[in-house]
Amino acid sequence: MTTPAHPAPATQTPAPVVFEDVSIRFDGPPVLDRISFRVAAGETRVLLGPAGVGKSVLLKLVNGLLRPDSGRIFLFGQEITAMHEEKLLQLRTRTGMVFQEGALFDSLTIRDNVGYQLMERHLPEVEVDTRVREALRFVELERTYAMLPSSLSGGMRRRVAIARAIINQPDLLLYDSPTGGLDPVTSHTINELIVKERDVYHTPAMLVTHRLLDAFTMATHRYDQAAGKMIPLPEGQTDPLTTFLVLHAGKIVFDGSTPELVHSKDKFIQEFIA
Amino acid sequence: MPPELVPDKIEAYAKRSILAVQEYSIFCWEGVSSFFRAPHYWLDILTQGDLIGVGSVPIVVLTGFFTGGVLALQSAASLAQFGAQAYTGRFVSLSMFRELAPVLTGLMVSGRNASGMASELGSMVVTEQIDAMRALGTDPIKKLVAPRILATVIALFLLTIIADSVGTAGGAFVSVFISHQDGDQYFNSAYQALVYSDIIQGLTKPLAFGFIISTIGCFFGMKTTGGTQGVGRATTQAVVVSSVLIIFMDFILSRVMLWLFPPL
Repeated sequence: MTTPAHPAPATQTPAPVVFEDVSIRFDGPPVLDRISFRVAAGETRVLLGPAGVGKSVLLKLVNGLLRPDSGRIFLFGQEITAMHEEKLLQLRTRTGMVFQEGALFDSLTIRDNVGYQLMERHLPEVEVDTRVREALRFVELERTYAMLPSSLSGGMRRRVAIARAIINQPDLLLYDSPTGGLDPVTSHTINELIVKERDVYHTPAMLVTHRLLDAFTMATHRYDQAAGKMIPLPEGQTDPLTTFLVLHAGKIVFDGSTPELVHSKDKFIQEFIA
Repeated sequence: MPPELVPDKIEAYAKRSILAVQEYSIFCWEGVSSFFRAPHYWLDILTQGDLIGVGSVPIVVLTGFFTGGVLALQSAASLAQFGAQAYTGRFVSLSMFRELAPVLTGLMVSGRNASGMASELGSMVVTEQIDAMRALGTDPIKKLVAPRILATVIALFLLTIIADSVGTAGGAFVSVFISHQDGDQYFNSAYQALVYSDIIQGLTKPLAFGFIISTIGCFFGMKTTGGTQGVGRATTQAVVVSSVLIIFMDFILSRVMLWLFPPL
C-alpha cells in the first residue's frame, strides 16, 4: 500500500496529546507500562489491541478521567498529570468523548443529552435548540430530538453520543469502542460518521477498537461530501493522517502508519491482524 | 484459616476500615466545600428537595402518627397504675420531640432516600454516566452530591417538625378516643412539658441525620464497582451504615445536649 501525496497540515500549535513514560496499575501488574506516544494536529490515532489490554484505560488517561501512577501526560500543551480537577474540568470541555455504551444520561431527553454542555454554559434556549438539531442532523437522528435514551436502539444511542461529543466543536475527539457489540450494518454507519467527522472537521481523534475491520475502514476510506457518503480510497492508498498504535501486555508494540502495520514483522502483530 | 494468618487479616481489615473513613471524610469535605464554589445548581436542589422532602411526607406522617399513638397507648396503661394518666401528653410530647421524631424520621428517610441515592448514583457510575459528566466538564460532586446534601438536611429538619406535630396528634387521638382522656388536659400537659432545650435538641439532630443520610447514600453510590451486583451491594450498605450511624449520632448528640442543657 502507498499513501496519497497530500502533506499533513502545518502544526504551529502543540500536539493535542503527548504521553511520556506513562504507567498505571490497579490491583496486580501494571495495566500500562511506560507508554509514550503523541497525537499530532489533524491526526486520527487508532488504538488496537486484544480485549482487556488497557485501551479504554489509556483513553481515560488522555482527558484526565484517570490519573497515572507515573509519567507525564500533556493535553493541548498543558500537563494534566497532577492538574487540579477544577482546572481539568475546564480543559475537558475542549474534548469530546464517546463512551463504549454511549453513556447517555438516561433521565434526560436526547435534546438535553446532546445540548448538555451548552445548557451548562447557560446559552440561550434558541441557540441550544438550533445547535442540537444541527448535531443530530449530522448523525441523521433529528427525529429523536424529544425521545428518551431508553427508547433508542444501541446503534442510535452511539450516534447520539457522537452528536453530544461534537456539538461543542471539540479540539480532540476520543472514541471508546464506538462499534462494540453492534451489528455490521450499524457498525458501518458509526464508522461512516467517524470518517465524516474526520474529513469534514479535521478534528484530531483517538479511536479505541479491537475490531480490525473498523480500523482498516478508517484508514482506507474517505468521506465524499458531494455524494454524502463514505467511499473507498483508490486501490493501494490509505489516509496518511490515520495511524495506528497497538497495545499488548501493557506496552505499545507498534506505532506507525497503515502500510507499516500491514508489513510489520512483529509476530504478535502478524497474528493479531491475520 | 491458619492461626498465623489471623494478625494479617486483622491488619488488612483495619487498613481497609481506616481507608474507608479517610475516603468518606474527603468526600464529605468535597461535598460541603462545593457549596461555596460556583456554579450552583439551584434547580437540582429544588428537585431533590421535592423528591426527598415532599416524597417522604406520607411515610413520615404515618410513622409519626402511629408512634405517637403507641406511646399514648402504652404509657396510659402504665401511668394509670400510679394515678398519673394525666401525664400522658407530657410523656408523648417529650419522647416525640427529643428522641422518636428525629430518629424515626431519620431512619425512614434513610431507608427511602439513602438507598435511592446509592442506587441512582451507583447506576450512573457503572453505566459511565458519571465519567461522561466529568468528560463534559461538569463536576459530579457539585451537580449530584451537593444538591442532595443540602436538600436532605433541610428536608429532614422540616419532616421532623411534621413528625413532632403528627406524633403528638396521634397520641391525642389515642388518649381521647381509646383511653377516654380529656383532650385539653392532654394538650396542656404536652405543651407545658416542653422547654426550649427540648426543641433545640429535637431540631439539631435532624440536621446531623440529614447530613449522614445524604453523604452516606452518595458516598456508596459514587464508589460503586462491580456492575449491577455492585449497585445492589452499595444500596444495602448505604441503608445499613446510615441507619447505624443515625443511632450512634443520636447517642452522641443526646449526651452533648444533656451536658449543654442539664435537666433542671
